[in-house]
Amino acid sequence: MNEDWVLYEVFIRSRSGLEHKHVGSLHAADARMAIEHARDTYTRRQEGVSLWVVRSSEIVASDPEEADALFEPARDKVYRHPTFYAIPDEVKNL
Amino acid sequence: MSMAIAAERPQATAEERCEYTLRLADTSLVAGQRLAEWLGHGPALEEDLALGNIALDLIGQARLLLALAGRIEGRGRDEDALAFWRDAAQFRNVSLAEQPNGDFGHTIVRQCLLDAWQLETYASLAGSADTELADIAKKAAKECRYHWRYSAGWLVRLGDGTEESHRRVSEAVQDLWRFTDELLTPDALDARMAECGIAPPAAAVRERWEQRVAAALREAKLPCPVHQHYPWHGKRGVHTEALGHLLATLQHLPRAHPGVSW
Repeated sequence: MNEDWVLYEVFIRSRSGLEHKHVGSLHAADARMAIEHARDTYTRRQEGVSLWVVRSSEIVASDPEEADALFEPARDKVYRHPTFYAIPDEVKNL
Repeated sequence: MSMAIAAERPQATAEERCEYTLRLADTSLVAGQRLAEWLGHGPALEEDLALGNIALDLIGQARLLLALAGRIEGRGRDEDALAFWRDAAQFRNVSLAEQPNGDFGHTIVRQCLLDAWQLETYASLAGSADTELADIAKKAAKECRYHWRYSAGWLVRLGDGTEESHRRVSEAVQDLWRFTDELLTPDALDARMAECGIAPPAAAVRERWEQRVAAALREAKLPCPVHQHYPWHGKRGVHTEALGHLLATLQHLPRAHPGVSW
């Protein structure tokens, strides 16, 4: 692998109307090549109708060290799930 | 009015149509086989996949076209019989397609020159009077549009890349340019097919090919070589020695084990 090639993350929209989903990553020298590689690597079996590629270095990730601070506080907030609430019998359409 | 023109239009014989279809079929088959040689040897895993995908597109085109040629011929030869049981002198591919891969840049230059020709030819053939050929051409043109995008992208990347990559593709252009005259200069059969409304007029394909290739060379900072009249006759069955070696690899299995399936 050429050291000039950088890592890109690949996102595919599988059908019109659906969102792009992350499917993997690949190496490429530039954006155009990244799209071509994504096409050749990830859509050979009709997996998609649209591609996004993003330089992996452009992605800002949360720090695993901060996971407790970021995600723990949500754990005991069960009332944020709709299933927490009992639906009154009188409500017919919800 | 178009009816009147159609009525006056000369009709090609089955032999002529078969011969012309074989030129397209064999060019795709031989180019596909050449690209398949890159499998496992590409400069990166992603390029291996890219070249393999393009090879499969080309072999897919060849299958449809060979099957059509076999039907036109009417002697019971199917796509396999035509691919595996003809010798070099019976192949009708343009000489450019059979040229060895060389390094990656050399392959890219060969593909560029060929992709531009296939793209313009198939795009025009979509309006062919031979409706079966037109249907195959419509599908093939879409594939070739991507092949061109791929090879032209690499041509620019290498031509406008490092000193070494520029030198290598520059040499490849000089080396392969002499095979382009055969693509663009019609012989009697090409002219006859155009007259019959089956093939596109050669002048139109030449003009679009020249524009397309010149623009890519410019962007790649490569000089456009001067036109060379060179008597290659691959499409009439007179090939360079490279084809025999390619066919040995392509054909040895079915010839060693006739009727084998795998």
